[in-house]
Amino acid sequence: MRSSISCVIASFGLAFSALSGALELSAHCPPAMRVDDSGHCKLHSRYQSYASLYDKGVGGLKTGLPPWRDGFTAQQIDLGRLLFFDPLLSSNQKVSCSSCHDPALGFSDGRRKSVGVTGKPIARSAPSLWNVTFMRRLLWDGSKHTLEEQMLGPLYSPVEMGTTPEMLLRRLQSSEAYTALFNEAFGRPSPTLEDLYSALAAFQSSLISLNSRYDLYAHGVAGALSAREIDGLNVFRSFVARCAECHTPPTFSNQQIAVLGVPERDGDPLDIGAQATTGDASQRAGFRVPSLRNSALTAPYMHGGNFDTLRETVAFYTGGRGHAVPEGEDLKLHWHIWTPELTDRELDDLVLFLNALTDQSFLPDIPDELPSGLPPGRAIAPQARAQSRIVVGD
Amino acid sequence: MNSSLKFATLAFAFFSAVAGAKTLEVRAGESIQDAIKGASPGDTVLVHPGIYEETVYIDKDDITLRGVIEDGEWPNLEGNKQLNDAILYSGNGFSVEWFKITNYKGNAIMGQAGNNFSIRNNWIIDTGVYGIFPEFGENGLIENNVLSGIEDAAIYVGMSDHIDVRNNRVFDNVAGIEIENSRHALVEGNIAHNNTGGILVFITPGLPIKTSYDAIIRRNTIINNNTPNFAIPGSLVSNIPAGTGMLILASDDVIIEDNIITGNNTAGIIVTSQDFATDVAGDSESDPNPDRIQIRDNVMYDNGNDPVTDVKALMLTQFSTKGPDILAYKSAADAERGSCVSQKTAYRTFGLGDWTECDRATVRAADAVASATPPDSTSRAVASKMLSEPAAPRLITVDANGAELVYQGICAGCHTLNVRMIGPPVLAIQAQYGDDAEALARYIATPEKKRPDFPTMPPQDHLSEAMRIEVARYMLSLSGG
Repeated sequence: MRSSISCVIASFGLAFSALSGALELSAHCPPAMRVDDSGHCKLHSRYQSYASLYDKGVGGLKTGLPPWRDGFTAQQIDLGRLLFFDPLLSSNQKVSCSSCHDPALGFSDGRRKSVGVTGKPIARSAPSLWNVTFMRRLLWDGSKHTLEEQMLGPLYSPVEMGTTPEMLLRRLQSSEAYTALFNEAFGRPSPTLEDLYSALAAFQSSLISLNSRYDLYAHGVAGALSAREIDGLNVFRSFVARCAECHTPPTFSNQQIAVLGVPERDGDPLDIGAQATTGDASQRAGFRVPSLRNSALTAPYMHGGNFDTLRETVAFYTGGRGHAVPEGEDLKLHWHIWTPELTDRELDDLVLFLNALTDQSFLPDIPDELPSGLPPGRAIAPQARAQSRIVVGD
Repeated sequence: MNSSLKFATLAFAFFSAVAGAKTLEVRAGESIQDAIKGASPGDTVLVHPGIYEETVYIDKDDITLRGVIEDGEWPNLEGNKQLNDAILYSGNGFSVEWFKITNYKGNAIMGQAGNNFSIRNNWIIDTGVYGIFPEFGENGLIENNVLSGIEDAAIYVGMSDHIDVRNNRVFDNVAGIEIENSRHALVEGNIAHNNTGGILVFITPGLPIKTSYDAIIRRNTIINNNTPNFAIPGSLVSNIPAGTGMLILASDDVIIEDNIITGNNTAGIIVTSQDFATDVAGDSESDPNPDRIQIRDNVMYDNGNDPVTDVKALMLTQFSTKGPDILAYKSAADAERGSCVSQKTAYRTFGLGDWTECDRATVRAADAVASATPPDSTSRAVASKMLSEPAAPRLITVDANGAELVYQGICAGCHTLNVRMIGPPVLAIQAQYGDDAEALARYIATPEKKRPDFPTMPPQDHLSEAMRIEVARYMLSLSGG
């Protein structure tokens, strides 16, 4: 635990020292990547030395990764980083991607439901973007399949960033700084929307977290986890708790739709999840299984911030099948939702294990200045940030 | 295969310094897990008779866990209905045999992604949800085990490939043997009796590996599987009707051959789409229909004496109150495609209108043994679905000596080339050590606090000395780019 706090602080220290001249794009691939002969950044992880059945990236400890996105240039990734933090991408120029996906909060925002340009909560919480490169189903309902397709939602939704393609293009093209940076990254005389989407996808694909203490254990370093954390791992993969059946290593998500029947809060109506986009009534209240990596940083949990802590979240699963399903709803609850009768000690061990999945060693720098001259969007005010950092690391 | 095998050996050497294989002995009062902790790849842990109340996990490769039976006394892993699982393994090449395993809540033996496993000669009673459950494994053998009192499947092969399930006895369970979302399975010579359902081959929608095909179910004895369903409500098998001898649900290319199937009160064999006995969320990526099923030369009689209501209703449309030997339950949208049955008229059937007669095998004594040149299209020449060579170890790619991988997996968590992270940048380390890899390797093993503005580095003495030097050399050779 102590190491995760020091890791956050150490990483933030570099944010302001490493970046000399905010308007130059980095020529170096992010640390999770290695440049190839053609100058593209390629993922580089020890997990690439393992296979998995049908390359699905699901299995046990030494199991290969699912397919991922990479192959962008260092400049494209770095341009994406600037854009990601830039409120220029919203109608009122106050909301950036990072307003809801703040690196200080595990690329989430600490809120039950995110807040966009209207200042009012939207329908769901902000999912973490760590390891989003491995996801082939995006959003809580799993309805989008590429980052480029997914980002059109928040960019142009009137309740999220509220802009329009025309407005965005006009702003980028009328910015001298962005015109120069897009030219450097993509070699075109002026910014295009496709290049904007590529740059944002490039940056998000670089957010890799695969160096936790759990990973050291998985690679064969037996002492990397404490005895209690190993107990937690054994509960996690046991067929009593069944966590690992859906939160499958190494990404800790099998990327399927699962119907859990979690309680909505504050009298909210039932969120019908995947049913709304697939029209399949059997997927009512079904959501894509989220990764658990860095989940210790992304409270509150579930699609609507339904639980405040990891402890409450794991306790949900031992509350009994369907215990929180509203009367009159006939949900096709996942078969792994049952009554495992986990003890308090086992629930505590699960939380200890989930904390051992925390790894922010490849946290990107938060830009000092942005090409737009606007301040980088953040989920929380700077004065509240120092305090919350200790809370999330605790 | 050859080069990857070579590398695997090399990699183990770096992480664990393989010596000659050794045998560790565990006696009553001692802990099996303690012995596992001290074991290295290739080692055998021998467990003597006694009661062992623990969960044993094996996250290393090539460990054999073997019980020693003396005068009929078995080593007994006992869960007291408190412990979750008796044995959890993730390593490759794991073998477990000659254990009595009783009263766990979850599983007797559960594997996640271990290849080349062998689970033989175990005696398993009421270990909760499953008895033997390998998942995400390739190339495995489950043989000569006896399992009873399991509230879901006694033997459950999940999302795996190239598995033989042979000569097991399964009884008094909800499901005897289950092959789920798996390919290349041979289920042969088992006795499945007094379960709710005897042998099941199916696709569960909503799993990441979505197919189930190429299974041979052969020479099994499937008798009196009429036990009332006692599965936990909501579980996958909770909708299996009592009296089901065999259930093929959505799987393709299944050959059911030379079995004896009798006394199952709902039906001998049910072949169905997901419309039947499934109550889970849909999955548009999963094909719900069973295709190319072959039912050949099974001895079937006295099935269907007391069918469940749904099946009885179907049979009434044929003016019968008895359940059938073979029931093909079609989805509304799709017929079974390319399925066949031999001697169709010998059986009482429902829904086989679209099925053709299998090309008829003339079975003489001389043909009944496996032969390299099969006289017909039966499965008799197939002796096993396991691989002729072990599945390749999952460690498959390699730089010259593994140093880069160790650097990337361990060092890169704190160091990058030119950016300050938890530890100093590699360029700063290079400035200090130059090309003195030995000195850096010594520091890696026993670090001390050097720089006031960085935390002390954790010791990496779990790496062999040779590996530490290789990694140090690699680190000192890194350059920009």
